[in-house]
Amino acid sequence: MEVTTSWYLVLGALLFVIGGVGLLIRRNPLVMLMCVELMLNGVNLTFVAFSRALGDIGGQTVVFFVLVVAAAEVVVGLGLVVAILRRAPGSTADDLSTLKG
Amino acid sequence: MIPMIDVIVFVVVAAICLTGALGVVLAKNPVHSALMLVMTLFGIAVQFVAQEAHFLAVVQVIVYAGAIVVLFLFVIMLLGVDKAQALELDALPGQKWAAVVFGAGSLVILAAIIRVVEHPVTGERAVSGAIDGTTSDVQLLARSLFSDYVYAFELTSLLLVIAVVGAVVLARKPKEHRA
Repeated sequence: MEVTTSWYLVLGALLFVIGGVGLLIRRNPLVMLMCVELMLNGVNLTFVAFSRALGDIGGQTVVFFVLVVAAAEVVVGLGLVVAILRRAPGSTADDLSTLKG
Repeated sequence: MIPMIDVIVFVVVAAICLTGALGVVLAKNPVHSALMLVMTLFGIAVQFVAQEAHFLAVVQVIVYAGAIVVLFLFVIMLLGVDKAQALELDALPGQKWAAVVFGAGSLVILAAIIRVVEHPVTGERAVSGAIDGTTSDVQLLARSLFSDYVYAFELTSLLLVIAVVGAVVLARKPKEHRA
């Protein structure tokens, strides 16, 4: 028995599913951002698995860019969360419906 | 070398990753969620090492565990939302069903992956930027990053500048009397 590509694909898919379900059922905006990170990591693991299976460094390059974009996303997302919670402490994602027109 | 060592490493680390992921979703306290996230991210880093992506493993630990999670914890402490909150799952009537449908649908796709477990990779092996085992992954990654993907790399710097400016604008306290 040896570790094949499919094992990594299954693990990545499970992480993606857990993150996605968490994003849908949690209301705390901070935890929702963490769930987005989980989904991104599931995809990263898939990219690296295919990169190794096909012997192509391109997959790892994509993961590198995903890391950078995730960092930028977290910075802006947390800035938004700070701005919202400073205005209305204890608000959840449902309280942001005031943004619609 | 023990013959089954890679299987053992994979199983143990996968269990750690999945435990951490479930912890992120199910923990009542956001601080616990953040610490569970660190556990998952370290597990992913180990999986990267197991697949000979050493540079990405190091970057994963430094950027994710070292910067992003610290940022999360900093914001949690700054806002004082580190109190346990009830795990309310009744956000919107449709959202719970959307979560069920998403989870079930994704698990069906997962089952399909397991079914084709014999031949999951159908593409051709790479000829450009190929991982042949003689060049280190850092060298290959650098060559790919600064030749094929150099425009994307430059755009990344622009994105980081925008993120920094956006964070500063968002985090500033609004002035009461604007000139």
